[in-house]
Amino acid sequence: MVAETPSKKLFSVTLRIWRQAGPSAPGRFVDYPAKDVNPDMSFLELLDVVNDGITLKGDEPVAFAHDCREGICGTCSCTINGKPHGPGKGIATCQLYMRSFQDGDTIVVEPFRAKAFPIQKDLVTDRAAFDKIQQAGGFISVRTGAAPDANSIPVPKEDADLAMDAATCIGCGACVAACKNASAMLFVAAKVSHLGLMPQGQPERDKRVLAMVQTMDEAGFGNCTNQYECSAVCPKLISHDFIARMNRDYVAAIFKSRFKPASNAAAGGAG
Amino acid sequence: MNLLGSLFKSSIGKKILMALTGLVLFGFVTGHLVGNLQIFLPPAKINAYAHMLESLGAGLWLIRGFLLLCLVIHVWLAIQLTLENRAARPQAYGAEHVIRATLASRVMARTGIVVLAFVPFHLAHYTLRVGSPGWSEHTFRLTDGTLVRDVHTMMVQGFSNWLVSGFYVIAVGVLAYHLSHGIVSAVQTLGLKNEKWAGQVERFAAAYCWLYFLLNAAIPLAVLGGFVKLAA
Repeated sequence: MVAETPSKKLFSVTLRIWRQAGPSAPGRFVDYPAKDVNPDMSFLELLDVVNDGITLKGDEPVAFAHDCREGICGTCSCTINGKPHGPGKGIATCQLYMRSFQDGDTIVVEPFRAKAFPIQKDLVTDRAAFDKIQQAGGFISVRTGAAPDANSIPVPKEDADLAMDAATCIGCGACVAACKNASAMLFVAAKVSHLGLMPQGQPERDKRVLAMVQTMDEAGFGNCTNQYECSAVCPKLISHDFIARMNRDYVAAIFKSRFKPASNAAAGGAG
Repeated sequence: MNLLGSLFKSSIGKKILMALTGLVLFGFVTGHLVGNLQIFLPPAKINAYAHMLESLGAGLWLIRGFLLLCLVIHVWLAIQLTLENRAARPQAYGAEHVIRATLASRVMARTGIVVLAFVPFHLAHYTLRVGSPGWSEHTFRLTDGTLVRDVHTMMVQGFSNWLVSGFYVIAVGVLAYHLSHGIVSAVQTLGLKNEKWAGQVERFAAAYCWLYFLLNAAIPLAVLGGFVKLAA
Protein backbone atom coordinates (compact mmCIF):
# COMPACT_ATOMS: atom_id res chain seq x y z
CA MET A 1 0.00 0.00 0.00
CA VAL A 2 1.31 3.40 -0.92
CA ALA A 3 0.52 6.17 1.50
CA GLU A 4 -1.09 9.29 0.13
CA THR A 5 1.56 11.91 -0.56
CA PRO A 6 1.09 14.61 2.04
CA SER A 7 1.05 18.21 0.95
CA LYS A 8 4.47 19.85 0.88
CA LYS A 9 2.99 23.33 0.55
CA LEU A 10 4.48 25.85 2.93
CA PHE A 11 2.03 27.68 5.16
CA SER A 12 1.76 30.27 7.90
CA VAL A 13 0.68 30.05 11.52
CA THR A 14 0.75 32.34 14.53
CA LEU A 15 2.37 31.04 17.69
CA ARG A 16 0.83 32.55 20.85
CA ILE A 17 3.56 31.75 23.35
CA TRP A 18 3.62 32.21 27.13
CA ARG A 19 6.55 34.46 28.01
CA GLN A 20 7.71 34.66 31.60
CA ALA A 21 11.13 36.03 32.48
CA GLY A 22 11.59 34.07 35.70
CA PRO A 23 9.90 31.97 38.39
CA SER A 24 8.26 34.90 40.14
CA ALA A 25 7.94 37.28 37.18
CA PRO A 26 4.46 37.86 35.75
CA GLY A 27 3.81 36.05 32.49
CA ARG A 28 1.81 36.91 29.38
CA PHE A 29 1.08 35.59 25.92
CA VAL A 30 3.02 37.06 22.99
CA ASP A 31 2.13 36.40 19.34
CA TYR A 32 4.87 35.32 16.94
CA PRO A 33 3.87 34.98 13.29
CA ALA A 34 5.66 32.11 11.52
CA LYS A 35 5.78 32.12 7.71
CA ASP A 36 6.98 29.43 5.29
CA VAL A 37 6.25 26.64 7.70
CA ASN A 38 7.20 23.29 6.22
CA PRO A 39 4.53 20.68 7.08
CA ASP A 40 7.29 18.14 7.72
CA MET A 41 8.97 20.30 10.35
CA SER A 42 8.59 19.10 13.88
CA PHE A 43 6.92 21.51 16.26
CA LEU A 44 10.19 21.99 18.14
CA GLU A 45 11.99 22.75 14.87
CA LEU A 46 9.45 25.50 14.26
CA LEU A 47 10.22 26.86 17.73
CA ASP A 48 13.93 26.78 16.77
CA VAL A 49 13.19 28.76 13.60
CA VAL A 50 11.02 31.28 15.45
CA ASN A 51 13.77 31.63 18.06
CA ASP A 52 16.32 32.36 15.31
CA GLY A 53 14.11 35.23 14.18
CA ILE A 54 13.72 36.53 17.74
CA THR A 55 17.48 36.31 18.32
CA LEU A 56 18.25 38.17 15.10
CA LYS A 57 15.99 40.98 16.28
CA GLY A 58 18.07 41.11 19.46
CA ASP A 59 15.32 39.82 21.74
CA GLU A 60 15.38 36.99 24.26
CA PRO A 61 14.53 33.66 22.57
CA VAL A 62 11.74 31.48 23.93
CA ALA A 63 13.05 29.02 26.53
CA PHE A 64 11.66 25.52 26.08
CA ALA A 65 12.75 22.16 27.40
CA HIS A 66 13.92 19.51 24.93
CA ASP A 67 16.56 16.87 24.70
CA CYS A 68 16.40 13.61 22.73
CA ARG A 69 13.73 14.79 20.27
CA GLU A 70 12.72 11.20 19.63
CA GLY A 71 10.07 10.69 22.29
CA ILE A 72 12.02 8.75 24.88
CA CYS A 73 13.55 11.21 27.31
CA GLY A 74 10.44 13.00 28.59
CA THR A 75 12.06 16.44 28.59
CA CYS A 76 9.85 18.33 26.14
CA SER A 77 6.79 19.61 27.86
CA CYS A 78 4.66 22.20 26.14
CA THR A 79 0.90 22.45 26.46
CA ILE A 80 -0.29 23.15 22.93
CA ASN A 81 -3.83 24.45 22.40
CA GLY A 82 -4.65 23.33 25.94
CA LYS A 83 -3.41 19.76 25.47
CA PRO A 84 -0.06 18.62 26.86
CA HIS A 85 2.16 17.50 23.95
CA GLY A 86 -0.41 18.95 21.53
CA PRO A 87 -2.78 17.23 19.14
CA GLY A 88 -2.16 13.59 18.36
CA LYS A 89 -2.18 10.46 20.48
CA GLY A 90 0.72 8.67 22.11
CA ILE A 91 3.34 11.26 21.18
CA ALA A 92 5.57 13.73 22.98
CA THR A 93 5.84 17.33 21.77
CA CYS A 94 9.03 16.45 19.85
CA GLN A 95 7.05 13.92 17.79
CA LEU A 96 4.46 16.49 16.78
CA TYR A 97 4.74 17.69 13.18
CA MET A 98 3.45 20.88 11.65
CA ARG A 99 1.26 18.88 9.25
CA SER A 100 -1.06 18.50 12.26
CA PHE A 101 -1.95 22.18 11.83
CA GLN A 102 -3.67 24.24 9.13
CA ASP A 103 -2.66 27.40 7.34
CA GLY A 104 -3.70 30.43 9.38
CA ASP A 105 -3.97 28.57 12.71
CA THR A 106 -3.20 30.37 15.94
CA ILE A 107 -1.38 27.87 18.16
CA VAL A 108 -1.42 28.57 21.89
CA VAL A 109 1.78 27.33 23.54
CA GLU A 110 2.00 27.28 27.33
CA PRO A 111 4.07 25.56 29.99
CA PHE A 112 2.69 22.61 31.97
CA ARG A 113 0.70 24.32 34.71
CA ALA A 114 0.81 22.87 38.22
CA LYS A 115 1.81 24.20 41.62
CA ALA A 116 4.21 21.25 41.96
CA PHE A 117 5.86 22.17 38.62
CA PRO A 118 6.93 25.80 39.13
CA ILE A 119 7.69 27.72 35.94
CA GLN A 120 11.39 28.52 35.59
CA LYS A 121 11.21 30.56 32.43
CA ASP A 122 8.77 30.78 29.48
CA LEU A 123 7.84 27.18 28.71
CA VAL A 124 10.32 25.53 31.07
CA THR A 125 9.01 24.04 34.31
CA ASP A 126 10.85 22.46 37.21
CA ARG A 127 9.67 18.87 37.43
CA ALA A 128 11.98 17.88 40.29
CA ALA A 129 8.91 16.84 42.29
CA PHE A 130 8.88 13.69 40.14
CA ASP A 131 12.50 12.99 41.07
CA LYS A 132 11.62 13.30 44.75
CA ILE A 133 8.78 10.80 44.33
CA GLN A 134 11.12 8.41 42.53
CA GLN A 135 13.74 8.76 45.23
CA ALA A 136 11.13 7.92 47.87
CA GLY A 137 10.66 4.39 46.55
CA GLY A 138 10.79 4.03 42.79
CA PHE A 139 13.61 1.52 42.92
CA ILE A 140 14.51 -1.92 44.23
CA SER A 141 17.33 -2.41 46.70
CA VAL A 142 19.54 -5.16 45.36
CA ARG A 143 23.13 -6.18 45.88
CA THR A 144 25.20 -5.27 42.90
CA GLY A 145 27.42 -7.93 41.45
CA ALA A 146 27.45 -10.25 38.50
CA ALA A 147 24.33 -10.26 36.36
CA PRO A 148 22.04 -13.11 37.45
CA ASP A 149 21.31 -15.92 35.02
CA ALA A 150 18.47 -15.17 32.67
CA ASN A 151 15.20 -16.74 33.82
CA SER A 152 16.60 -17.59 37.24
CA ILE A 153 13.47 -15.91 38.57
CA PRO A 154 10.50 -16.99 36.45
CA VAL A 155 8.13 -14.15 35.51
CA PRO A 156 4.83 -14.94 33.77
CA LYS A 157 4.71 -13.36 30.33
CA GLU A 158 1.44 -11.49 31.13
CA ASP A 159 3.02 -9.92 34.22
CA ALA A 160 6.15 -8.99 32.32
CA ASP A 161 4.07 -7.35 29.58
CA LEU A 162 1.94 -5.43 32.07
CA ALA A 163 5.03 -4.34 34.00
CA MET A 164 6.57 -3.16 30.73
CA ASP A 165 3.44 -1.12 29.92
CA ALA A 166 3.93 0.72 33.21
CA ALA A 167 7.70 0.94 32.77
CA THR A 168 7.34 2.84 29.49
CA CYS A 169 6.63 5.98 31.57
CA ILE A 170 9.18 8.63 30.62
CA GLY A 171 8.25 10.92 33.51
CA CYS A 172 7.37 13.87 31.29
CA GLY A 173 4.57 15.15 33.54
CA ALA A 174 1.91 15.42 30.83
CA CYS A 175 -0.49 13.49 33.10
CA VAL A 176 -0.18 16.22 35.74
CA ALA A 177 -0.52 18.94 33.13
CA ALA A 178 -3.66 17.42 31.62
CA CYS A 179 -5.39 16.57 34.91
CA LYS A 180 -7.85 19.29 35.91
CA ASN A 181 -6.60 18.75 39.48
CA ALA A 182 -2.90 18.63 38.53
CA SER A 183 -2.73 15.17 40.08
CA ALA A 184 0.33 12.96 39.66
CA MET A 185 -1.56 9.71 40.15
CA LEU A 186 -0.81 8.23 36.73
CA PHE A 187 2.93 8.83 37.05
CA VAL A 188 3.10 7.43 40.57
CA ALA A 189 0.82 4.53 39.65
CA ALA A 190 3.08 3.62 36.73
CA LYS A 191 6.19 3.72 38.90
CA VAL A 192 4.55 1.77 41.74
CA SER A 193 3.10 -0.83 39.39
CA HIS A 194 6.06 -1.57 37.17
CA LEU A 195 8.07 -2.75 40.17
CA GLY A 196 5.07 -4.12 42.06
CA LEU A 197 4.32 -6.49 39.19
CA MET A 198 7.78 -8.06 39.25
CA PRO A 199 9.01 -10.64 41.76
CA GLN A 200 12.08 -8.46 42.42
CA GLY A 201 9.79 -5.64 43.53
CA GLN A 202 7.87 -7.61 46.15
CA PRO A 203 10.07 -7.15 49.27
CA GLU A 204 9.61 -3.37 49.20
CA ARG A 205 6.15 -3.30 47.65
CA ASP A 206 4.24 -1.90 50.66
CA LYS A 207 6.99 0.47 51.74
CA ARG A 208 7.27 1.74 48.16
CA VAL A 209 3.63 2.65 47.65
CA LEU A 210 3.32 4.29 51.07
CA ALA A 211 6.47 6.39 50.65
CA MET A 212 5.78 7.40 47.05
CA VAL A 213 2.17 8.42 47.75
CA GLN A 214 3.25 10.39 50.81
CA THR A 215 5.92 12.22 48.82
CA MET A 216 3.40 12.89 46.05
CA ASP A 217 0.96 14.40 48.55
CA GLU A 218 3.66 16.56 50.12
CA ALA A 219 4.68 17.95 46.74
CA GLY A 220 1.31 19.70 46.31
CA PHE A 221 -0.22 17.66 43.51
CA GLY A 222 -4.01 17.44 43.39
CA ASN A 223 -6.23 14.39 43.80
CA CYS A 224 -7.61 12.01 41.21
CA THR A 225 -11.22 12.47 40.15
CA ASN A 226 -11.19 9.57 37.67
CA GLN A 227 -11.64 11.61 34.51
CA TYR A 228 -8.76 9.94 32.65
CA GLU A 229 -7.40 13.05 30.95
CA CYS A 230 -3.98 11.78 32.10
CA SER A 231 -3.98 8.53 30.18
CA ALA A 232 -5.44 10.30 27.14
CA VAL A 233 -2.41 12.59 26.83
CA CYS A 234 0.25 10.14 28.00
CA PRO A 235 2.86 9.89 25.22
CA LYS A 236 3.23 6.22 26.14
CA LEU A 237 -0.54 5.67 26.50
CA ILE A 238 -0.17 4.25 30.00
CA SER A 239 -3.55 3.07 31.22
CA HIS A 240 -5.39 4.56 34.19
CA ASP A 241 -5.96 0.94 35.23
CA PHE A 242 -2.62 1.32 36.98
CA ILE A 243 -4.20 3.98 39.22
CA ALA A 244 -6.82 1.44 40.32
CA ARG A 245 -3.99 -0.99 40.94
CA MET A 246 -2.07 1.53 43.02
CA ASN A 247 -5.19 2.32 45.09
CA ARG A 248 -5.50 -1.39 45.82
CA ASP A 249 -1.81 -1.65 46.71
CA TYR A 250 -2.09 1.40 48.96
CA VAL A 251 -5.10 0.07 50.89
CA ALA A 252 -3.40 -3.30 51.34
CA ALA A 253 -0.23 -1.55 52.53
CA ILE A 254 -1.91 0.67 55.14
CA PHE A 255 -3.77 -2.32 56.59
CA LYS A 256 -0.67 -4.51 56.58
CA SER A 257 1.45 -1.80 58.21
CA ARG A 258 -1.19 -1.58 60.95
CA PHE A 259 -1.95 -5.24 61.58
CA LYS A 260 0.93 -7.35 60.26
CA PRO A 261 3.09 -8.59 63.16
CA ALA A 262 6.68 -7.41 63.20
CA SER A 263 9.58 -9.49 64.43
CA ASN A 264 11.15 -8.53 67.74
CA ALA A 265 14.52 -8.87 66.02
CA ALA A 266 13.69 -6.01 63.67
CA ALA A 267 14.91 -3.40 66.11
CA GLY A 268 17.96 -5.30 67.30
CA GLY A 269 20.76 -6.99 65.45
CA ALA A 270 24.24 -7.97 66.49
CA GLY A 271 25.42 -4.80 68.09
CA MET B 1 0.96 7.40 59.64
CA ASN B 2 -1.54 5.22 61.46
CA LEU B 3 -4.49 3.63 59.74
CA LEU B 4 -7.00 6.44 60.32
CA GLY B 5 -4.36 9.02 59.46
CA SER B 6 -3.63 7.25 56.18
CA LEU B 7 -7.32 7.16 55.36
CA PHE B 8 -8.21 10.74 56.33
CA LYS B 9 -4.97 12.56 55.44
CA SER B 10 -3.54 10.94 52.32
CA SER B 11 -4.86 11.62 48.82
CA ILE B 12 -5.68 7.97 48.13
CA GLY B 13 -7.15 7.45 51.62
CA LYS B 14 -9.52 10.36 51.15
CA LYS B 15 -10.57 9.02 47.78
CA ILE B 16 -11.21 5.59 49.27
CA LEU B 17 -13.39 7.15 51.98
CA MET B 18 -15.25 9.18 49.35
CA ALA B 19 -15.92 5.97 47.44
CA LEU B 20 -16.99 3.94 50.48
CA THR B 21 -19.28 6.61 51.94
CA GLY B 22 -20.61 7.26 48.44
CA LEU B 23 -21.45 3.57 48.05
CA VAL B 24 -23.27 3.54 51.41
CA LEU B 25 -25.33 6.56 50.35
CA PHE B 26 -25.90 4.93 46.95
CA GLY B 27 -27.24 1.86 48.78
CA PHE B 28 -29.47 4.09 50.88
CA VAL B 29 -31.04 5.99 47.97
CA THR B 30 -31.61 2.69 46.16
CA GLY B 31 -33.37 1.16 49.17
CA HIS B 32 -35.32 4.39 49.72
CA LEU B 33 -36.56 4.27 46.13
CA VAL B 34 -37.62 0.64 46.38
CA GLY B 35 -39.53 1.45 49.59
CA ASN B 36 -41.20 4.48 48.01
CA LEU B 37 -42.34 2.53 44.96
CA GLN B 38 -44.86 0.83 47.25
CA ILE B 39 -46.95 3.97 46.73
CA PHE B 40 -48.18 2.19 43.59
CA LEU B 41 -49.59 -0.66 45.74
CA PRO B 42 -52.66 -0.44 48.00
CA PRO B 43 -52.11 2.13 50.84
CA ALA B 44 -51.83 -0.60 53.49
CA LYS B 45 -48.52 -1.77 52.02
CA ILE B 46 -46.52 1.43 52.28
CA ASN B 47 -48.14 2.34 55.60
CA ALA B 48 -47.18 -1.02 57.09
CA TYR B 49 -43.65 -0.62 55.68
CA ALA B 50 -43.28 2.87 57.19
CA HIS B 51 -44.62 1.56 60.50
CA MET B 52 -42.10 -1.28 60.43
CA LEU B 53 -39.24 1.24 59.90
CA GLU B 54 -40.47 3.54 62.66
CA SER B 55 -40.78 0.57 65.05
CA LEU B 56 -37.07 -0.18 64.73
CA GLY B 57 -36.53 2.24 67.61
CA ALA B 58 -32.85 2.36 68.54
CA GLY B 59 -32.00 0.45 65.37
CA LEU B 60 -33.54 3.21 63.30
CA TRP B 61 -31.44 5.83 65.06
CA LEU B 62 -28.31 3.72 64.59
CA ILE B 63 -28.99 3.54 60.86
CA ARG B 64 -29.79 7.27 60.71
CA GLY B 65 -26.64 8.07 62.66
CA PHE B 66 -24.53 5.91 60.38
CA LEU B 67 -26.00 7.49 57.25
CA LEU B 68 -25.46 10.98 58.66
CA LEU B 69 -21.86 10.10 59.51
CA CYS B 70 -21.30 8.88 55.95
CA LEU B 71 -22.88 12.03 54.55
CA VAL B 72 -20.75 14.28 56.76
CA ILE B 73 -17.53 12.43 55.81
CA HIS B 74 -18.48 12.48 52.12
CA VAL B 75 -19.21 16.22 52.11
CA TRP B 76 -16.32 17.18 54.37
CA LEU B 77 -13.78 15.30 52.26
CA ALA B 78 -15.36 16.60 49.06
CA ILE B 79 -14.76 20.16 50.28
CA GLN B 80 -11.17 19.35 51.30
CA LEU B 81 -10.37 17.55 48.05
CA THR B 82 -11.90 20.31 45.94
CA LEU B 83 -9.88 23.00 47.73
CA GLU B 84 -6.68 20.94 47.37
CA ASN B 85 -7.37 20.37 43.70
CA ARG B 86 -7.86 24.08 43.09
CA ALA B 87 -4.67 24.89 44.97
CA ALA B 88 -2.75 22.36 42.85
CA ARG B 89 -3.20 24.57 39.78
CA PRO B 90 -2.93 28.18 40.90
CA GLN B 91 -2.78 29.50 37.34
CA ALA B 92 -5.33 28.31 34.80
CA TYR B 93 -4.43 27.50 31.21
CA GLY B 94 -4.93 30.21 28.61
CA ALA B 95 -6.47 27.61 26.34
CA GLU B 96 -8.75 25.22 28.21
CA HIS B 97 -9.21 21.86 26.55
CA VAL B 98 -11.19 18.82 27.64
CA ILE B 99 -10.27 15.51 26.06
CA ARG B 100 -12.61 12.97 27.55
CA ALA B 101 -13.65 14.06 31.04
CA THR B 102 -17.44 13.75 31.03
CA LEU B 103 -19.60 16.74 31.94
CA ALA B 104 -21.01 14.78 34.90
CA SER B 105 -17.47 14.31 36.24
CA ARG B 106 -16.68 18.01 35.93
CA VAL B 107 -19.76 19.23 37.82
CA MET B 108 -19.68 16.78 40.75
CA ALA B 109 -19.32 19.57 43.33
CA ARG B 110 -22.22 21.52 41.84
CA THR B 111 -24.55 18.53 41.56
CA GLY B 112 -23.52 17.54 45.07
CA ILE B 113 -24.52 20.96 46.42
CA VAL B 114 -28.00 20.69 44.85
CA VAL B 115 -28.52 17.23 46.39
CA LEU B 116 -27.20 18.50 49.74
CA ALA B 117 -29.63 21.43 49.65
CA PHE B 118 -32.49 19.05 48.94
CA VAL B 119 -31.80 16.81 51.97
CA PRO B 120 -32.85 19.24 54.77
CA PHE B 121 -35.88 20.32 52.75
CA HIS B 122 -36.91 16.72 52.18
CA LEU B 123 -36.36 15.81 55.86
CA ALA B 124 -38.32 18.85 57.08
CA HIS B 125 -41.10 18.02 54.66
CA TYR B 126 -41.64 14.30 55.24
CA THR B 127 -39.63 13.27 58.32
CA LEU B 128 -40.16 16.24 60.66
CA ARG B 129 -43.40 17.12 58.83
CA VAL B 130 -42.97 20.83 59.52
CA GLY B 131 -46.25 22.66 58.93
CA SER B 132 -48.27 19.48 58.49
CA PRO B 133 -49.02 18.13 61.99
CA GLY B 134 -51.85 16.00 60.57
CA TRP B 135 -49.29 13.76 58.86
CA SER B 136 -47.96 12.67 62.27
CA GLU B 137 -51.30 11.36 63.51
CA HIS B 138 -52.01 7.65 63.61
CA THR B 139 -55.13 7.48 61.52
CA PHE B 140 -54.65 4.42 59.35
CA ARG B 141 -55.80 1.00 60.58
CA LEU B 142 -53.74 -1.97 59.38
CA THR B 143 -55.46 -5.35 58.88
CA ASP B 144 -54.23 -6.48 62.32
CA GLY B 145 -55.95 -3.48 63.86
CA THR B 146 -52.84 -1.41 64.63
CA LEU B 147 -53.30 2.32 64.11
CA VAL B 148 -50.36 3.75 62.13
CA ARG B 149 -49.40 6.96 60.35
CA ASP B 150 -50.99 7.36 56.93
CA VAL B 151 -47.86 7.73 54.83
CA HIS B 152 -49.80 7.12 51.64
CA THR B 153 -51.99 10.18 52.24
CA MET B 154 -48.93 12.20 53.29
CA MET B 155 -47.16 11.43 50.00
CA VAL B 156 -50.22 12.14 47.87
CA GLN B 157 -50.91 15.43 49.64
CA GLY B 158 -47.23 16.37 49.67
CA PHE B 159 -46.70 15.80 45.98
CA SER B 160 -49.96 17.51 45.02
CA ASN B 161 -47.97 20.73 45.31
CA TRP B 162 -46.35 21.53 41.95
CA LEU B 163 -43.42 23.37 43.50
CA VAL B 164 -42.60 20.50 45.85
CA SER B 165 -42.88 17.96 43.05
CA GLY B 166 -40.81 20.14 40.72
CA PHE B 167 -37.96 20.48 43.23
CA TYR B 168 -38.18 16.74 43.90
CA VAL B 169 -37.90 15.80 40.23
CA ILE B 170 -35.00 18.22 39.73
CA ALA B 171 -33.23 16.88 42.82
CA VAL B 172 -33.52 13.23 41.84
CA GLY B 173 -32.43 14.11 38.29
CA VAL B 174 -29.35 15.91 39.59
CA LEU B 175 -28.65 13.05 42.00
CA ALA B 176 -28.89 10.52 39.14
CA TYR B 177 -26.42 12.66 37.17
CA HIS B 178 -24.11 12.81 40.22
CA LEU B 179 -24.29 9.02 40.52
CA SER B 180 -23.57 8.47 36.82
CA HIS B 181 -19.98 9.55 37.51
CA GLY B 182 -19.97 8.53 41.17
CA ILE B 183 -20.70 4.84 40.65
CA VAL B 184 -18.02 4.29 38.00
CA SER B 185 -15.59 6.49 39.90
CA ALA B 186 -16.07 4.54 43.14
CA VAL B 187 -15.33 1.24 41.40
CA GLN B 188 -12.13 2.72 39.97
CA THR B 189 -11.09 4.31 43.27
CA LEU B 190 -11.56 1.04 45.14
CA GLY B 191 -9.20 -0.52 42.63
CA LEU B 192 -11.77 -2.87 41.17
CA LYS B 193 -12.02 -1.49 37.65
CA ASN B 194 -9.93 -2.38 34.63
CA GLU B 195 -10.26 -2.19 30.86
CA LYS B 196 -11.64 -5.73 30.67
CA TRP B 197 -14.92 -4.77 32.26
CA ALA B 198 -14.88 -0.96 32.42
CA GLY B 199 -17.51 -0.90 29.65
CA GLN B 200 -19.85 -3.09 31.67
CA VAL B 201 -19.46 -0.90 34.76
CA GLU B 202 -20.22 2.19 32.68
CA ARG B 203 -23.29 0.61 31.07
CA PHE B 204 -24.57 -0.53 34.46
CA ALA B 205 -24.13 3.00 35.86
CA ALA B 206 -25.92 4.57 32.90
CA ALA B 207 -28.82 2.11 33.08
CA TYR B 208 -29.06 2.45 36.86
CA CYS B 209 -29.11 6.24 36.76
CA TRP B 210 -31.81 6.43 34.09
CA LEU B 211 -33.91 3.90 35.96
CA TYR B 212 -33.30 5.67 39.26
CA PHE B 213 -34.40 9.00 37.80
CA LEU B 214 -37.45 7.71 35.92
CA LEU B 215 -38.80 5.61 38.79
CA ASN B 216 -38.32 8.43 41.29
CA ALA B 217 -39.86 11.00 39.00
CA ALA B 218 -42.80 8.66 38.39
CA ILE B 219 -43.99 9.10 42.00
CA PRO B 220 -44.78 12.85 42.01
CA LEU B 221 -45.86 12.70 38.37
CA ALA B 222 -48.30 9.89 39.15
CA VAL B 223 -49.74 11.94 42.02
CA LEU B 224 -50.02 15.09 39.93
CA GLY B 225 -51.49 13.11 37.04
CA GLY B 226 -54.13 11.59 39.29
CA PHE B 227 -52.90 8.00 38.90
CA VAL B 228 -52.20 7.70 42.61
CA LYS B 229 -55.12 9.08 44.62
CA LEU B 230 -56.08 9.45 48.25
CA ALA B 231 -57.58 6.27 49.66
CA ALA B 232 -61.36 6.46 49.55
